[in-house]
Amino acid sequence: MAETYSFKLKKAHLPWLKLVIHLGALLPLLITYYQAFNDQLGGDPVTALLHFTGLGAFKLLLLSLLITPLARQFKQGLLINVRRLLGLYSFSYAFAHLVSYVLFDLQLDWPLLLSEIVKRPYITVGFVAWIILFCLTLTSNKKAQRSLGRRWQTLHNWVYLAVGLVALHFLWSVKSDVTEPLVYMFLTLSLLLYRRDKLKRWLKNRINNTQISKK
Amino acid sequence: MLINVPKASAVKESEITDEKVYNQRRDILKSMGFIGASALLTSQPAQAGFFTSDDKETFKTRALEYTPAATSQQKQAFTPEEKIITHNNFYEFGTAKSDPVENAQQFKVNPWSLSVEGSAEKPFTLNYDDLFNQFPLEERIYRMRCVEAWSMVVPWIGFSLAALIKKAKPLSSAKYVAFETLYDPKQMPGQKNRFAGGGIEYPYVEGLRLDEAMHPLTLLSVGLYGKTLPAQNGAPIRLVVPWKYGFKSIKSITRIRLTDKRPPTTWNILAASEYGFYANVNPEVSHPRWSQASERRISSAGLFSRNRIDTKMFNGYDEVASLYQGMDLRKNF
Repeated sequence: MAETYSFKLKKAHLPWLKLVIHLGALLPLLITYYQAFNDQLGGDPVTALLHFTGLGAFKLLLLSLLITPLARQFKQGLLINVRRLLGLYSFSYAFAHLVSYVLFDLQLDWPLLLSEIVKRPYITVGFVAWIILFCLTLTSNKKAQRSLGRRWQTLHNWVYLAVGLVALHFLWSVKSDVTEPLVYMFLTLSLLLYRRDKLKRWLKNRINNTQISKK
Repeated sequence: MLINVPKASAVKESEITDEKVYNQRRDILKSMGFIGASALLTSQPAQAGFFTSDDKETFKTRALEYTPAATSQQKQAFTPEEKIITHNNFYEFGTAKSDPVENAQQFKVNPWSLSVEGSAEKPFTLNYDDLFNQFPLEERIYRMRCVEAWSMVVPWIGFSLAALIKKAKPLSSAKYVAFETLYDPKQMPGQKNRFAGGGIEYPYVEGLRLDEAMHPLTLLSVGLYGKTLPAQNGAPIRLVVPWKYGFKSIKSITRIRLTDKRPPTTWNILAASEYGFYANVNPEVSHPRWSQASERRISSAGLFSRNRIDTKMFNGYDEVASLYQGMDLRKNF
């Protein structure tokens, strides 16, 4: 019998893994903005920026949600250490996405921004997802985790809603041929399905809580 | 003294961008690999021969003879050529804006056949050379407003659709004009593969009411920026209806049919609630997913340029308003 392959992620590996994530997430972002500022991003750099940052945020969010299943499946507990980093990069892309939209697409037309958020369902859900990710980013440090106690986990479970909204935002924004957003929707649902027990428990607790408070 | 009073809807000096870019167009063409075109511009015989792949892989344009537009004594009133020929919606060659310029380079336009048929006394067919010889060519500088809320200013070259229709002598039963893009899945990856073509049913079809088609602004274009159309812009002949959203301006036309019934139109078939038959530029009627009240003018100015401008009714071409008198343009969008 061949020896079973047994790689075990060690503490010493973590800085390297994090370096890979830094380079993989930060470099493309910097290069794309460099190209945009130098007009090397095709006919309309604004749309190119919006698509790149939006899809980038989504990809990183899915990656961060993939960490737990991976860690469990392959018994690599230490992998959990990079989840926060991926989440923070996801929000960084989402931040760039919104800023580029407001600054370069709407060009600081604030009334238009407000009316678009209110009137266009796909922008509404995108904005709600952004707010959730923003809250998670603000409370991503150890200090917030300590001070929030049990509520921290409750708050961070909102990521499941956020990723669903992001998938919907993408699907709704496409003019024709929804193949690509449907593939992403499938990935999203798979990752959520993996947490079905957790989501069920959470839902049950919610219902119980409201019944208790009604009494 | 000749006093030239431009129409209110004409492209204004203030819309003018970048003389530099226009003058640099040879460099741009060269850098994009349009060897054929740049060879023509430098009046050298094309050097691309048997062994050069450039000859096979790039779409060639050639200089055209035409009457310059009255408003363009200085050749500068336009969105840079590089933007016009690299930022295209032409789903037959792929759905991304950069797909057409990548996938259309081997597109064959000669021989070509454009038939004018249907409710007409004298239907006829034009071959490739006829497209450039049957009607005198003129330059028209038009604003082009895409339904996706970006816009350009394009120096088209072409002739009035009205001239073509008159030649066919329409019968009194003719009320509409139907257009059809070339159907050739071998050349057009988007027609061969449903996913590459954005899930659209091909051939692409469009239509106008006869009076819209006969309006003097309605243009059949065979060129832009002094030369024949690049493949990605709808070579060898396309429609330009400047007061309507860009998707009405069907590309690479092979069939024009006069008919008594309103013809089906591609985007209307795909999503009737989003794209009506008329598709007149109208800041009051928003697309379900975005506002049409303003637009971003594609220019060579940087990311921080304030190029978002208010969209005007009929894209600023007020002279067409009479075509729609008594119609509710919110319903007939």
